[in-house]
Amino acid sequence: MTINLDAKIPDGPIDEKWTNYKFEHKLVNPANRRKYEVIVVGTGLAGGAAAATLGEQGYRVKAFTFHDSPRRAHSIAAQGGINAAKNYKGDGDSIWRLFYDTVKGGDFRSREANVYRLAEESVNIIDQMTAQGVPFAREYGGLLDNRSFGGAQVSRTFYARGQTGQQLLLGAYQQLARQIGLGNVELHNRTELVDIVVVDGRAAGIVVRDLVTGEVTSHSAHAVVLATGGYSNVFFLSTNAMACNVTAAWRAHRRGAAFANPCYTQIHPTCIPQSDDFQSKLTLMSESLRNDGRIWVPKDPDDNRSPDQIPEDQRDYYLERRYPSFGNLAPRDIASRAALVEVSKGHGVGPLKNGVYLDFGEAIGRLGQKVIEERYGNLFEMYERITDESPYKVPMRIYPAPHYTMGGLWVDYELMTTVPGLYCAGEANFSDHGANRLGASALMQGLADGYFVLPATISNYLAPLLGTKPVPTDHPEFQAAEAAARDRFAGYLSIGGTRSPDSFHMELGKIMLEHCGMERTKQSLEKALSEIPGLHAEFRKDLRVTGDGESTNQTLEKAGRVDDFFELAQVMCLDALTREESCGGHFRAEHQTDEGEAERDDENFAHVAAWEWTGDPAQPARHVESLEFDNVHLAVRSYK
Amino acid sequence: MSRELNLTLKVWRQDGPDAPGRFDTIAAPGINDEMSFLEMLDLVNERLIAEGQEAIVFDHDCREGICGTCSLMIDGQAHGPQKGTATCQLHMRKFDDGAEVTIEPWRATAFPVIKDLMVDRSAFDRIVEAGGFITAETGGAPDANMTPIPKPVADSAMDAAACIGCGACVAACPNSAAQLFTSAKVGHLNLLPQGQAERYQRVEAMVDTMEELFGSCTNHGECEEACPKEISIDFIALMNKDYLAAKFKNRKLLSRK
Ligand SMILES: Cc1cc2nc3c(=O)[nH]c(=O)nc-3n(C[C@H](O)[C@H](O)[C@H](O)COP(=O)(O)OP(=O)(O)OC[C@H]3O[C@@H](n4cnc5c(N)ncnc54)[C@H](O)[C@@H]3O)c2cc1C
Ligand code: FES
Repeated sequence: MTINLDAKIPDGPIDEKWTNYKFEHKLVNPANRRKYEVIVVGTGLAGGAAAATLGEQGYRVKAFTFHDSPRRAHSIAAQGGINAAKNYKGDGDSIWRLFYDTVKGGDFRSREANVYRLAEESVNIIDQMTAQGVPFAREYGGLLDNRSFGGAQVSRTFYARGQTGQQLLLGAYQQLARQIGLGNVELHNRTELVDIVVVDGRAAGIVVRDLVTGEVTSHSAHAVVLATGGYSNVFFLSTNAMACNVTAAWRAHRRGAAFANPCYTQIHPTCIPQSDDFQSKLTLMSESLRNDGRIWVPKDPDDNRSPDQIPEDQRDYYLERRYPSFGNLAPRDIASRAALVEVSKGHGVGPLKNGVYLDFGEAIGRLGQKVIEERYGNLFEMYERITDESPYKVPMRIYPAPHYTMGGLWVDYELMTTVPGLYCAGEANFSDHGANRLGASALMQGLADGYFVLPATISNYLAPLLGTKPVPTDHPEFQAAEAAARDRFAGYLSIGGTRSPDSFHMELGKIMLEHCGMERTKQSLEKALSEIPGLHAEFRKDLRVTGDGESTNQTLEKAGRVDDFFELAQVMCLDALTREESCGGHFRAEHQTDEGEAERDDENFAHVAAWEWTGDPAQPARHVESLEFDNVHLAVRSYK
Repeated sequence: MSRELNLTLKVWRQDGPDAPGRFDTIAAPGINDEMSFLEMLDLVNERLIAEGQEAIVFDHDCREGICGTCSLMIDGQAHGPQKGTATCQLHMRKFDDGAEVTIEPWRATAFPVIKDLMVDRSAFDRIVEAGGFITAETGGAPDANMTPIPKPVADSAMDAAACIGCGACVAACPNSAAQLFTSAKVGHLNLLPQGQAERYQRVEAMVDTMEELFGSCTNHGECEEACPKEISIDFIALMNKDYLAAKFKNRKLLSRK
């Protein structure tokens, strides 16, 4: 198969592209929409918003989620907030500035046209969500409140206490529930996508497994949308929910969808350090804490005094020292790597010496405990519940952890993958954040994709299909894919080895974190690439899944997900190895300045790397889409 | 510094919705008390798999108290002994060495057991589908600052909206009533100016669906005790008031048709 990486960016000046596109693309008239069937996999912000809106517009929608309810998607866990260029604070924000900040924040590795559209739609999201009843934080006068977030010098982040993701997801879920109640959307919960079916070069439908009965069935439609989230759990340790996985995107990749920039992963600077080896889920402490908390480590690595006993002049506020203008609000990748440097030099704090301090002492002195409680009360409570320490009295201990994946399925301007009729939205695609995502921008992207972009672009594909029927699910391609899925799951059960899926996952995660984590080298990546296939082979030989395939079996579900992580891990390492530069979340130790800052190579790497499946996970084919910067000047990203 | 606990678990096992259930006694030695309750169960499951036995099925996902997926009765208490804490945020330091810990699924007719500790809570989704939304289709929303909302109103709506839909309120209620869950959603939307247009249809549709699926409330107040988000039962009073008003208003509207 040949891969076509035409991004289909509309003509015209950047601020007219989206308007022009919406005028010129093909529409489906309202009376004809019920003649189309659309499958949406994933009911997080991106999928929930897309399914609800497509249902409202009159398409017949089937929505799938492995959760028991759409309200449980991982989007629910976002704490900090959502960006929008409303300029309600009058501090100089604009669509242009949000666009600029996002391109720069992404270290000049994203597509200008997509990012501009995202900034344009950001303002509509806030209006839409407010109309739906999202209780955003307000000021005493009743107007919406904003705060600032890492990587920006304006206040443009809207929030709902420390539960912004929850409130936004409940908003989207409620819209979706309304469509389900009206019969426009048919929901399939506790149902996992296990394969994609392509017939005559177009997406024809999906194969799913019922997680309650184990039954494997197929569903066909005119178009398929994947909004299945990110793949940070490849690292085992991450802030993502336990069930997050790459299976949907990976199965699409194996069926011809190119996977773009898999090495762009984000390590979040403020998580609670691991307390024992066995723990996989790490709890994130919202980045908004960096607005008032100051990060430091003891200057003397052997200083074992309790933090309040360490005098000011013996503390190293290393972010403030290294980045005087952004200080504690330096972007995530920079803040994370700086913490890694301190901990590797032995300055780590806490029982395992695996953290740095985030100290609110000064802020409490300046603003009073009440203000701090109002801003961060629930986060402080959460911290105390987990660690048994009160951040009002003792500085928090934090450490970076894998958090978000900028890479994902390659999509064009219309959010279509390289498989016609197969779309990808939200964190699962690669589109808008380049090599690094700014805080509070994922919720914005998920909702822009789901509410405003996809419902507009999908008609351009559907319109010419008027009068056609979806491929019937007794078509041989469906039958073959179903049989393969049944065999795959029966296969895991019949190996009868000695090791659980989790034990393999933990070992794979260790390899990835060590060799393809915050800092990568040619040597480390080659080491990972030599170790992963062996471990995968052992997985196939020595896996043990107890129970059977005819009722809920979480061990079996996990086996399928870990199997796909093994293949993804290899292309992540290959991508990191072939990208001979440092940019955003991808830091190659060989490519840094004398001061230890990331060194991009715009001459050779101002492009997207999109990988094509060849049948051998160790030998995918690399293709490139070059990136043009007509509006933003390529510059060294400086936060000094 | 961390302690090590040796526990005995009595765990409800049930092979499927129609199968009879039983308690299995499982020894759980060497538990680091820094672990969360669910990490303890992960470890127990790893050991079961190593012995060739089937892992205990339980619902969980975010592990930070926000998704509402986790759901265990621990020693007879929904989400265990710590107030205002979901099971996934409960830590083993709350347990004594040598303790026997009984773990059961939510028990309610409206929440049938799927397997072991996992139950089907989709009855909650039915209540939301009946009216737990504001009709505001995508596109055409007015500017978000058009309608100022007094901070205390927005804050109360947020207090209600904090509900995570876990079902602890139903599990704790002697009648398996869903008043606290339903009133949290009604309260969230009915307090906001944006929710006024559908205020009375909403409350009537949601309460009627709730009554079809769940038991009746007799004001025990166990729900508020069990709620990991400490949602106040005052929202039930608000819902009841709106429901009465709705019965009156909606009938009047009907007679005009
Ligand atoms: C702890 C945390 C805090 C965060 N805080 C912020 C923040 O403050 N601001 C911000 O902008 N971003 C934040 N993010 C990032 C943001 O939350 C996510 O990127 C975003 O919510 C992803 O949304 P989504 O709709 O793409 O995917 P998700 O919400 O992950 O939804 C994925 C959906 O796909 C379904 N699914 C997946 N695979 C399958 C399959 N094979 N079969 C069937 N269904 C499947 C799932 O059931 C689910 O419904 C945070 C992330 C984390 C981890
Ligand atoms: S697992 Fe999400 S609330 Fe407990």
